[in-house]
Amino acid sequence: MNKTTLGALAVSTILSPMAAMAQTEVQFWHAFTGRLGELVAAQVEEFNAGQSDYVVVQSHKGNYSETLNAGIAAFRAGEQPHILMVFEVGTATMMSAQGATKPVYQVMAESGAEFDPSAYIGAVKGYYTTTDGDMLSLPFNSSTPVLWVNRNAFEAAGVDPDTDLSTWQNVGETLEALKAGGSECPLVTAWQSWIHLENFSAYHDVPFASQDNGFAGLDTELMLNGEAQVAHLTAMGEWAADGKFVYTGRRNEGGANFRAGECALFTESSAGYAGIKAEAEFDFDVRPLPYWEGVGSGPQNTIIGGASLWVMEGHEAAEYAGVGEFLAFLSSTDVQAQWHQDTGYLPITAAAGEATAAAGFYDENVGTDVAVIQMTANEPTANSKGLRLGSFDQIRGIIDEELEAIWAGDKTAQEAMDSAKERGDALLRRFEQANG
Amino acid sequence: MEKRVTFKGWMLPLLLIAPQVVISAVFFFYPAGQAIWQSLFIPDPFGLSMQYVGLGNFEFLLSDKFYRASFVTTAIFSILVTLCSMIPALFLAVLADRLIKGSGVYRTLLIWPYAVAPAIAGVLWLFMFNTRVGVVSWYLGNLGYDWNHVLNGGEAMGLVVVASAWGRISYNFLFFFAALQAVPKSVIEAAAIDGARFWKRFWTIVLPLLSPTTFFLLVVNIVYAFFETFGVIHTITAGGPQQTTTILVYKVFSDGFVGQDLGSSSAQSVILLIVVGLLTVIQFKFIEKRVHY
Repeated sequence: MNKTTLGALAVSTILSPMAAMAQTEVQFWHAFTGRLGELVAAQVEEFNAGQSDYVVVQSHKGNYSETLNAGIAAFRAGEQPHILMVFEVGTATMMSAQGATKPVYQVMAESGAEFDPSAYIGAVKGYYTTTDGDMLSLPFNSSTPVLWVNRNAFEAAGVDPDTDLSTWQNVGETLEALKAGGSECPLVTAWQSWIHLENFSAYHDVPFASQDNGFAGLDTELMLNGEAQVAHLTAMGEWAADGKFVYTGRRNEGGANFRAGECALFTESSAGYAGIKAEAEFDFDVRPLPYWEGVGSGPQNTIIGGASLWVMEGHEAAEYAGVGEFLAFLSSTDVQAQWHQDTGYLPITAAAGEATAAAGFYDENVGTDVAVIQMTANEPTANSKGLRLGSFDQIRGIIDEELEAIWAGDKTAQEAMDSAKERGDALLRRFEQANG
Repeated sequence: MEKRVTFKGWMLPLLLIAPQVVISAVFFFYPAGQAIWQSLFIPDPFGLSMQYVGLGNFEFLLSDKFYRASFVTTAIFSILVTLCSMIPALFLAVLADRLIKGSGVYRTLLIWPYAVAPAIAGVLWLFMFNTRVGVVSWYLGNLGYDWNHVLNGGEAMGLVVVASAWGRISYNFLFFFAALQAVPKSVIEAAAIDGARFWKRFWTIVLPLLSPTTFFLLVVNIVYAFFETFGVIHTITAGGPQQTTTILVYKVFSDGFVGQDLGSSSAQSVILLIVVGLLTVIQFKFIEKRVHY
């Protein structure tokens, strides 16, 4: 850092509180860096420029876990921001923190800002809404898993890239053909628990956990060792043993393999679009996530991943009015449509989706609407509304460990999921005890 | 009569030890006390409520077979890190000690890795052994060995041990090198005149004379392996595959800061504190007897 920037920093640090004196300041903590960070900053700037009563100050606080931790630590110190971005996994933690958070529906009612709960897409808002229909946090960035196809890899292995891949039965046969055709990486995945267990369960309309996946109460137990899940993981385990499914890690490490053109199929979030489009030097397709024909009543709808915005307790009414205005701004059709098109995240309102379609975006960028269709094809059921489990970040860690045991051939799918249930339930009981 | 320097009055000695007492109180006694206190509760993450559970957190932990397994993992990890950081350091120190010219350059180069923070060291090693783009894994692949620490627990353990030990080699090297320089030349020369070869001299004279340093490094390295290696684990394996690299201190971090389970995390810190305390007592009681000052 040179002297000029240091000087500029010093000046801006001195000046910013003065500038804020005139306007009500709203603190917004988020977890975005890079391109997404720029887009958030642009949204905030547009809001600040559009009115003169409030000024939103956005700051980056690390990755999802770190941002949540920063928010919690700040609350304990009485320095909490007004708006905190929390990933979907932290939803139950935030919900249980009554007295630390202020539900969004209340904020909107008190601030008098424009707010119509029915404008939001059911499958998106459902994750963050109580069973009574009250919206607790505002969905911000939401995505859902889809199947990415490397058409060139198919051709290289002598397989027709237009093969029907809508069911796992078909995918299984295709993997066999790809392998026979010399592909060294027929299938790779990102976020294994999210895609192959959480979304798998919702998509086949089978429960992931009791009590409506945790929506109906804290006394929930995992049900991921059900017949449908075990059958799917058994098939995946066999594919792993045969070298048809390549395991690359717990997060989205597999994205690098797919973008480099090494892998033929990739199950990953729809938000992988920007990265794949930028890097892939091959023709690719987006297909709906496959389902098992004859299992459950699939395809139901998939669920979301991503983050929502929570409003923290302990601020002045005037500041909450500003929060309300900002959240209304974020939900407005133009802002949402732009966000959806820039990032590949799902639109949070139906109007934003329609505006995107009307602008011809889906026609120009084939496949970008697959996720939206897959999410909204059916009205969500109790099994496909989302997940609301305490200590879920840790439970995902347990699931990751047990899945690795399947991929390594150390455990059968049934043994691994039974163990995951037992270990996960112990954490759920602890969470119930802490928050009951 | 024994000669002692004594202070007149209390003020000056108190003033002189005050900084150390204050630092220990603020950075050790206060947090340790907090950890012991919190280990008796299940608090919610936001500090809105706390439930007294007595020894419930300890019961929960010790009845968890994965937590018990993590003791074994930690023992293996710590022993390997200590050996892998001390033996090469001693070897390099002996070599550098025998150099007549240019030992300063070697010394400087060998000390460099110590300046690298554990998390960054973790990333560096991860790059070399990355299953897709790693240089080392690529060469291993050419030799017909399929490196995959993402699924192979033994390889993952090997990788975190090497990454943790690497920077410590420099630290240990410094101490061994200084100790070697302090070995009286006259003793060695006398042995040489009596016909003792290099290895004979090393085993019977040099190594015993190094024992105070070796003992000190043993204690310090075990403490390092127990407490300071979580950055390496976090960046390379995050405790996986399965739980093969989940050492105790990593579990404290992940349960506390990822899982928001502060009660369990505090109880784990207390257990860790007791374990390391016991280990240090054992080391001083049994191993120190064999140390010649």
